[in-house]
Amino acid sequence: MLTAILVIAALSASFGLLLGYSAIRFKVEGDPLVDQIDAILPQTQCGQCGFAGCRPYAEAIAAGEADINLCPPGGEAGMLALADLLGKEPVPLENESNTSSVKSIAYIREDECIGCTLCIQACPVDAIVGAAKQMHTVIADQCTGCELCVPPCPVECIDMVPVKTTLSNWKWPFPDSMEQEPKTQEQGS
Amino acid sequence: MITQNPGRWDFHGGIHRPDRKSLSAGKFLGKLPLPEILTLPLQQHIGSTAEPAVTAGEQVHKGQIIARTTEYIGAPIHAPTSGTILGIEERPVPHPSGLNAPCILLQADGKDAWGELPEPLPQYADLDPSLLRERIRWAGIVGLGGAAFPTSVKLNHGPDRPIQTLVINGAECEPYITCDDLLMREQADRIVEGIKILLHVVEAEECLIGIEDNKPEAIAAMQQAVAESALRNVQVVQVATRYPMGGEKQLIKVLTGKEVPSHGIPAEIGVICINVATAAAVTDAVIAGRPLLSRLVTVTGEGIANPGNLEVAFGTSLSQVIAHAGGYTDLAYKLILGGPMMGFTLGNDQVPMTKGANCLLLAGKEEAPDPDKALPCIRCGKCVEVCPAQLLPQQLYWYARAKDLDKTREYNLFDCIECGCCSWVCPSHIPLVQYYRFAKTETWAMEKEKQQAEEARRRHEARTERLERLEQERKARLRQKKEALEKKTARGAADPKKAAIEAAMKRVAEKKARQSRENEER
Repeated sequence: MLTAILVIAALSASFGLLLGYSAIRFKVEGDPLVDQIDAILPQTQCGQCGFAGCRPYAEAIAAGEADINLCPPGGEAGMLALADLLGKEPVPLENESNTSSVKSIAYIREDECIGCTLCIQACPVDAIVGAAKQMHTVIADQCTGCELCVPPCPVECIDMVPVKTTLSNWKWPFPDSMEQEPKTQEQGS
Repeated sequence: MITQNPGRWDFHGGIHRPDRKSLSAGKFLGKLPLPEILTLPLQQHIGSTAEPAVTAGEQVHKGQIIARTTEYIGAPIHAPTSGTILGIEERPVPHPSGLNAPCILLQADGKDAWGELPEPLPQYADLDPSLLRERIRWAGIVGLGGAAFPTSVKLNHGPDRPIQTLVINGAECEPYITCDDLLMREQADRIVEGIKILLHVVEAEECLIGIEDNKPEAIAAMQQAVAESALRNVQVVQVATRYPMGGEKQLIKVLTGKEVPSHGIPAEIGVICINVATAAAVTDAVIAGRPLLSRLVTVTGEGIANPGNLEVAFGTSLSQVIAHAGGYTDLAYKLILGGPMMGFTLGNDQVPMTKGANCLLLAGKEEAPDPDKALPCIRCGKCVEVCPAQLLPQQLYWYARAKDLDKTREYNLFDCIECGCCSWVCPSHIPLVQYYRFAKTETWAMEKEKQQAEEARRRHEARTERLERLEQERKARLRQKKEALEKKTARGAADPKKAAIEAAMKRVAEKKARQSRENEER
């Protein structure tokens, strides 16, 4: 009897020590869930979700303060990925009207720009270059299409231009399996 | 180590279909006269688009570089004849999308005058391989079998991947196409010279030339040329006629018994595979110092009056190529660029000839019937039997259809060579390859989006950090000012300004007192 108690006590003490040690030794810095959610979000930093960027929204989702359907640029695919990650039920997107399937990027009509720097301050990813009283321009490759630069412009010289389809970003269309193949398709199918 | 008994291996799957090569085999219709205006797309190869090196109005000579690339994977473009640059404009290009792309427009002056060319290097055997690779890169040579991958990149296998076997691809397995066949029959010496150069460049021990057994004339001509060249380590190997024998991985398997690893390249197993026409182009670049300006193309099918092979300068409109081959017949139904298995239908013939174009197939309605309505998959497994990459086309189809891109990748979608065997045998007429192409481009787009999102995240974090730092610096400055002010008030008494004010106030008070005293005295 006594031996059994002693053995169990010794075992629990050693496991306790082991667990306590690993809790310190293998401590995870930061919240991995936030990182995982942030990795799904499209990083447009547009604020359409009501948070100041993608990471704050990810933190809010992780804390259970925000729903997973607030991100229009992520679209339905993004919402489904979040639902999958968090084990939640998919919910329809909040403001679906804002979602457009074609990505647009900002374009500054340069001869109308007065060099006020307001758009530079608004850009969340530093994708606009220019200086006070100098013409500004958008680095097309870096623009996320968040449209945050459009409202601050006092002369309304910023347009959102849809990205052009070129040979490098053209995609094969989804074959309509129950229909005939479109004209541009391969022979012998 | 020399491969013993090459060609005794076999690849999985593949199909037999009537090759219809007799329509154009051995027929050379000559060199197409230069057109008045040439349209040269800046992207004629796999890799980065070339940057124009000329401006509108500039006079160029034949062989002059008119567009070059700074990226590693890329190829320059040369003027196929002398003339004036009309401009750089968006024009329709031969591409399944039917989109326009930037092209250099060149007005030929009719003189066809060569510009300055680099010196010929007939003594290549004494030269360093890197020098020859540089020459091949300068010449703008890309894989002429159809894929148009820059040859100089392929030849740069790296010191950690020694090459044992150079495989020369003369299989030409796609039905209808006969341009490589003609080249081997007529210009075997040129190909063998190219093989000598390539053997020196990649420092391979042996060379195996694989030719399908439906081309006996080509095999005889190549064998003779090899015998005359007295090259001991070069062998012409007759391989069975079965599509896709000419696939790089398939031909390597059949000739050497080695299998290219999944997601890998042949250099990893000590093999480099080069098309016969590419080898001939290498000869021109090294021995004559001439860039790649034209190629042989097969014009064939029921829809053309006089099928055969033509030598066509890049930039020539396909309509001129067709006209030179006798024009359309009444049977012409579809215009396909490439072979019937891997080619794609063109909307019209107003597109230019490019480096990768090996065949123009004017198919009749019977040759290229419209695909029947796709029916549900019955899981017969025929596609699995014929897949030369040993994939599971049926599984890939389900996942691609469900747009489950991760799963398609798990099932090795990117090992699919899009040969079309699975679609060809499918009793339900499912356009399988279309699904794989869709899934591939969709995956690439997603990858790119991910990269861009990563970049945006990085930039956003950098910006947030910067704003925080600036805010803190501003606060620190404010604090410093405040502290300085407080110090001043503490030392208030010693302040000369305050002293002056106090002295002035004192003076005023004294004056007031004096005045009031004087008033009282009165």
